[in-house]
Amino acid sequence: MLELDKETFEAEVLQAPGKVIVDFYGDGCVPCAALMPHVHEFAEKYGGDGLKFCALNTTKARRLAIGQKILGLPVIAVYENGEMIDSCVKDDATPENVEAMIKKYA
Amino acid sequence: MGAIAMSKTYDVIILGAGPAGLAAGLYAGRSRLDTLIIEKGQDGGQIAITNEIENYPGQELEGETGPSLVARMTEQAKKFGAERVSDVMKSVDLSGDVKKVTGNKGEYLAKAVILATGAFPRPIGCKNEAKFVGKGISFCATCDAAFFEDFEVFVVGGGDSAVEEAMYLSKFARKVTIIHRRDELRAAKSIQEKAFANPKLHFMWDSVVEEADGDELLSKMVIKNTKTGELTTVEADEEDGMFGLFGFIGLLPNTKLYDGAVDMENGYIRTDDNMHTNLPGVFAAGDLRVKSLRQVVTAAADGAIAAMQAEHYISNLK
Repeated sequence: MLELDKETFEAEVLQAPGKVIVDFYGDGCVPCAALMPHVHEFAEKYGGDGLKFCALNTTKARRLAIGQKILGLPVIAVYENGEMIDSCVKDDATPENVEAMIKKYA
Repeated sequence: MGAIAMSKTYDVIILGAGPAGLAAGLYAGRSRLDTLIIEKGQDGGQIAITNEIENYPGQELEGETGPSLVARMTEQAKKFGAERVSDVMKSVDLSGDVKKVTGNKGEYLAKAVILATGAFPRPIGCKNEAKFVGKGISFCATCDAAFFEDFEVFVVGGGDSAVEEAMYLSKFARKVTIIHRRDELRAAKSIQEKAFANPKLHFMWDSVVEEADGDELLSKMVIKNTKTGELTTVEADEEDGMFGLFGFIGLLPNTKLYDGAVDMENGYIRTDDNMHTNLPGVFAAGDLRVKSLRQVVTAAADGAIAAMQAEHYISNLK
């Protein structure tokens, strides 16, 4: 998993070739912390050529997250060609749903 | 915890891995019952999104969070042999001698079932609500408060948790307005005193949210006065372009799956003092039950009782 910040997001996600999975989390977000180990596991299982896994701490990149229309955590999103093409948000971001979404693009 | 054998019949299946389900798993495991816990999401249920926990006897006094407490409960249930599977339950057949639970991954069979699927936050009940969850509407202040630093936030509710969460949000937001359907708060007096002394907190009495609106992010809502019926539109400050709307108006039981299968009262499952539902071999524990106090400690106690009653039930079958 590549840890992003507000400087690297543009290049690593929006300008990156292939599909990129981004785990948007935040300080003090308890469900985010609970979900993260699962996303790491999926990164090992499905990550590779054409599917990159990243994480962004939105507490340190609030404006960037709002710019991506994110106002609630956790969000696991799929990006392609600079666009968010799919996402699992909040209660829908269960390990099972997230894995099913990732499988669609793996 | 190994692979889950779909064809086998467990002694007891526990639906839900919150404090009630995990305590039931611990007691069932210690009784050497062949036990399976099924959970759709994260262990812990509601306390998994609770940052501060202060009233569970024997917890750490400093730094205990919902997840840290739950992690130890999970370990303890696991230590005594309870199996755990992640699956979303689709349907249940609780009437026969062998109870059947059907999930996305397959069917699970058991001699007894403990229903411990808890409760979830009650929706605000306005138009377009689902569309704006995660886009301005939230039920988790610790998750989303940081997004609203220097923005405006509205909180729906008037009880302890609404007022406490409003005060937490006021550490981030420029202004927090509590929208309450009555003309006075229901929260404890000590909490009210703190709220009225907080210069960032404002109040909109006799009001409910009718409709949420905005272009992708929440930036507009219609408020109805419960006494006069008058409708007012609230719009985000032009520079902000958005605001937050947090709902803390109580809980709803997670019991849709058992609708028509067991006796209920307003969606909560009726049990006797020993957690028996109206069906033999079917027990209920925790927040989904008709009861007077919904806390971690009462959920755990329910779970223990339900597991021991399940053991009695199973030993009488033999």
